[in-house]
Amino acid sequence: MAEKNFLMKVLTENAVTRRSFLKWSAVLGGTVAVSGGWHYGLKAVEQAATAPSPQQIQTVGCYHNCGGRCILGAVVQDGTVTRLVPDPTPASQENLNSNPRAIPCLRGRSQIRRVYAPERLKYPMKRVGKRGEGNFERISWDEALNTVADQMKRIKSKYGNEAFYYQYASGSNWNGPDSANAVTNLMALFGGYVNMYGSYSEAAYGQSIGYITGGYSGNSADDIPNAKLVVLIGDNSVVTHAGGDNAGYWMMKAANNGTKFIIIDPIMTDTVVATQAEWVPIHGGTDVALLSAMANVMVKENLYDKEFMATHAVGFDEDTLPAGVQPNSSWMAYIMGRGPDGIEKTPEWAAPITGIPALTIIKLAREIALTKPCAIYQNWGAQRRAYGEQIVRTIPIIAAMTGNFGISGGNSGNVMNGAYFPMGGIPAVENPIKASIPCFMWPDFITRGTEMTSGPQDRIQGADKLSANMKFMWNYAGNMIINQHANINLTSKILEDETKLEFIVTCDVAMTPSCKFSDILLPETTGFEADEIITGEGHGMKGNHAWALFNHQVIQPMYESKGIMWIAGQLADRLGLGDKFRNGHLTSDDWMRDMVAVAQKAIPAFPSLDDFKKTGIYKISDPNPIIAFADFRADPVAHPLQTETGKIEVYSPFLAKQNDPKEIPAIPMYIPEWEGVSDPLRSKYPLQMSTTHYVARSHSTFDNVDYLREAHPQAIWINTTDAQQRGIKNGDMVKVWNDRGEVHLPAYVTNRIRPSQTNMPQGAWYTLDANGVDVRGCGNMLTNYRPTPFAKGCSMHTNLVQVEKL
Amino acid sequence: MSKQLAFYVNIASCTGCKDCQIACKDKNQLPTGIRWRRIFQYEGGEWVPQDGELIPSNLYAYPVSAACMHCASPICLEVCPASAISKRDDGIVLIDANKCIGCRYCSWACPYGAPQFNATLGVMTKCNMCYDLVDQGQKPACVQACPYRAMDFGPLDELQQKYGTFNAPAPLPDPSITKPSIVYNPNNVTKLTGDKSGQVKNLEEV
Repeated sequence: MAEKNFLMKVLTENAVTRRSFLKWSAVLGGTVAVSGGWHYGLKAVEQAATAPSPQQIQTVGCYHNCGGRCILGAVVQDGTVTRLVPDPTPASQENLNSNPRAIPCLRGRSQIRRVYAPERLKYPMKRVGKRGEGNFERISWDEALNTVADQMKRIKSKYGNEAFYYQYASGSNWNGPDSANAVTNLMALFGGYVNMYGSYSEAAYGQSIGYITGGYSGNSADDIPNAKLVVLIGDNSVVTHAGGDNAGYWMMKAANNGTKFIIIDPIMTDTVVATQAEWVPIHGGTDVALLSAMANVMVKENLYDKEFMATHAVGFDEDTLPAGVQPNSSWMAYIMGRGPDGIEKTPEWAAPITGIPALTIIKLAREIALTKPCAIYQNWGAQRRAYGEQIVRTIPIIAAMTGNFGISGGNSGNVMNGAYFPMGGIPAVENPIKASIPCFMWPDFITRGTEMTSGPQDRIQGADKLSANMKFMWNYAGNMIINQHANINLTSKILEDETKLEFIVTCDVAMTPSCKFSDILLPETTGFEADEIITGEGHGMKGNHAWALFNHQVIQPMYESKGIMWIAGQLADRLGLGDKFRNGHLTSDDWMRDMVAVAQKAIPAFPSLDDFKKTGIYKISDPNPIIAFADFRADPVAHPLQTETGKIEVYSPFLAKQNDPKEIPAIPMYIPEWEGVSDPLRSKYPLQMSTTHYVARSHSTFDNVDYLREAHPQAIWINTTDAQQRGIKNGDMVKVWNDRGEVHLPAYVTNRIRPSQTNMPQGAWYTLDANGVDVRGCGNMLTNYRPTPFAKGCSMHTNLVQVEKL
Repeated sequence: MSKQLAFYVNIASCTGCKDCQIACKDKNQLPTGIRWRRIFQYEGGEWVPQDGELIPSNLYAYPVSAACMHCASPICLEVCPASAISKRDDGIVLIDANKCIGCRYCSWACPYGAPQFNATLGVMTKCNMCYDLVDQGQKPACVQACPYRAMDFGPLDELQQKYGTFNAPAPLPDPSITKPSIVYNPNNVTKLTGDKSGQVKNLEEV
């Protein structure tokens, strides 16, 4: 706040008495003379002098990657969207206990500023000058499309189809017609491309959860209010799943209903504050040590469900180890000190590792073991770390031990679930190439693709090795090629060498940092500018309900922007694949009619496309929450898990076969992180730094939106004691650096983050000054391109840095 | 005379996300720098040594969403030299842009800092309770926007009946100054106005 007024005085001096107010206003009374003269400038009322034309409200969607897929109404007047309203479903149809309206969060709410943003890509452009410099020249659509088609042909004939890659991206998530499948179908018909697996969000989770609970399933979020106690590990749902029917809503509903929350996190997140949780301010990357010590207490005090672990789990103790396994390989042996390391995982052992006093650990163990039902949820924040696989597999054990696996009000220790709408999108054309790389390892595909194999270093799936290095990259609605990937200074060097990756085409709505590293830019329409369909999905961590939304085109396409389906179709024509690509679909409606037909198969009452356009929203809901693995709990023989053994694999025979007991153990273990709390590198870089999701962005989407930048400026969180040692005051500009790079940004000095931990929220758009320093707060200047051992996922919360006042 | 209209904010349901601020700006097409609705992040407590470790002691934090309070005794109205500020029958306090001379007295006088100068328009502006929506029987944009249903709106006496009469959370000023038309529901850590144990951490944002 710039103005020096009474409010500022109140806020800064804590002088909030009536007496001080009167003094302040007395000063005012004494200075009646007006300085600067009378102002007869433009008046608001004069602006609105002409009679407005009628307004229309049409449904539009929020289509970015939080999973929420919330519903908006666009108020349209004279061909412009003047404002937005939240989910226009009539209040009479809303059930706050089972089917709340999908009221968008602040991000969705700011869509107008994203559509009308000055950063919009206006017309096709080609790069001039060196790659990464960010200089472009306007070209025609014809020239742009011809260039892309010619490069596709050239690179295919020179290097073959295994030199093609479709980059990981998540900026646009329509079911269709404009969707990623438009591009991948084109590439598949052209002969194929190298696939990717895993994700930047949940690689360690997605790749390892199968080796403990078999499925990818927790209770749906609407079951949270049924818990008496909720334990969250690495979950900040009121920020990450903030929409009106997402996990945050259900958590707040539970908290206000008397459910207690315990949240294990280095940060006193908004979820800790809002649910008034007991905060367990753990050192980043040490959750497994904490949970192992809690399990140790539960075992010693006989506070766990022995029978369930005997009948439903493998390798929890020695009795249930698979045949032929060496003695003392069970998790019980590990936590009780009988394992190969000989260390008992007592609270006293865990205290110095985790920063949590032993007595607190004992109290937590007792409370979690004795409160029924207790819902233990993990989220993906805890596993985007050096050894993320380990925490993923530890949490379900605690859920099972405490008797909460497969019951209402409990949970399996998985992330939250939700219902899916049975609709789907643009049908995928089968990719003739089966080779698949871990999505985090695409820079290796550029620099040493032909050396990559299915072995432990690269874990290529679908093939033993790759036959080419990456030469052509399709980047659709993605900011991964520079902004969202770890260690930007390394990535930019790889991309700047045009002899390696020879051609990058990007299609997006705005001039992102990734655009600046592209060779051809294709401007895409936003959701306001095209008819699309989108469905609410389970990974938005909703309740047991879902919907289909018709997103109306509410304004004309801005500038020369086009939808990706049109773009891919034009390229298909140039490659002689037009008919195969369209497969009889000549218009946008043709594609959507097929999608509607899929929905009608599952839900006979689903309307025709024309009726769906009129109603805009179709919701389904089940008042009963999803209870994951309830059938398995009731009868593990009749309803086995989808694991090798059919049981909860505390000991995984598959992981044992990986023959890497130090980094890929068969039972989950605490493995001290490189660049973690115990790394000697802390003598040089003493502070841990995470790069969490930020309330103002969905990943990097929305970083250019002025309203959101104003509401939530980018800053690095640092504890008051760490700041004081460095002479840093709240709001000071600081320098944050390590061997990989340097960032200058403001410091947010707070006690809401534990000492020795800092946090630079991910997604700020990489912006360099003349000295190669990022000045917008892009954390990936400092993160490490070092994949996790098994999933080969990102470890972007594991970093050491130093901070200094500028 | 109709009943005084008022906002209700449930601090126990608020996550501090500022959806209400964004919705306000979207509805009223406000430029950056002008924030009719603001969210104060109030925080207190410290880290203290214990057994060689630092542990949190009495840490608390909570957000307070606040806009114009459409006070029973609007000081802005009293100090305005141009008589540009009026109070409707239903208690909504409005600035008449045609009369406003942009002198900023109201901004200095208001204990909540509600009126803010719009340099482009040359006038003071502030929350008008979305009176156009209210006149159509709707609730203000901020109230409609909250994904956590932490806000409500209606006649002050009805809100008080439903939610209580608390209107004095720190860091807001003493309500006896202007008799704000507001009801807050405190959460378990909400401090009273005048509290000196905490600080507003996000001064740049308000």
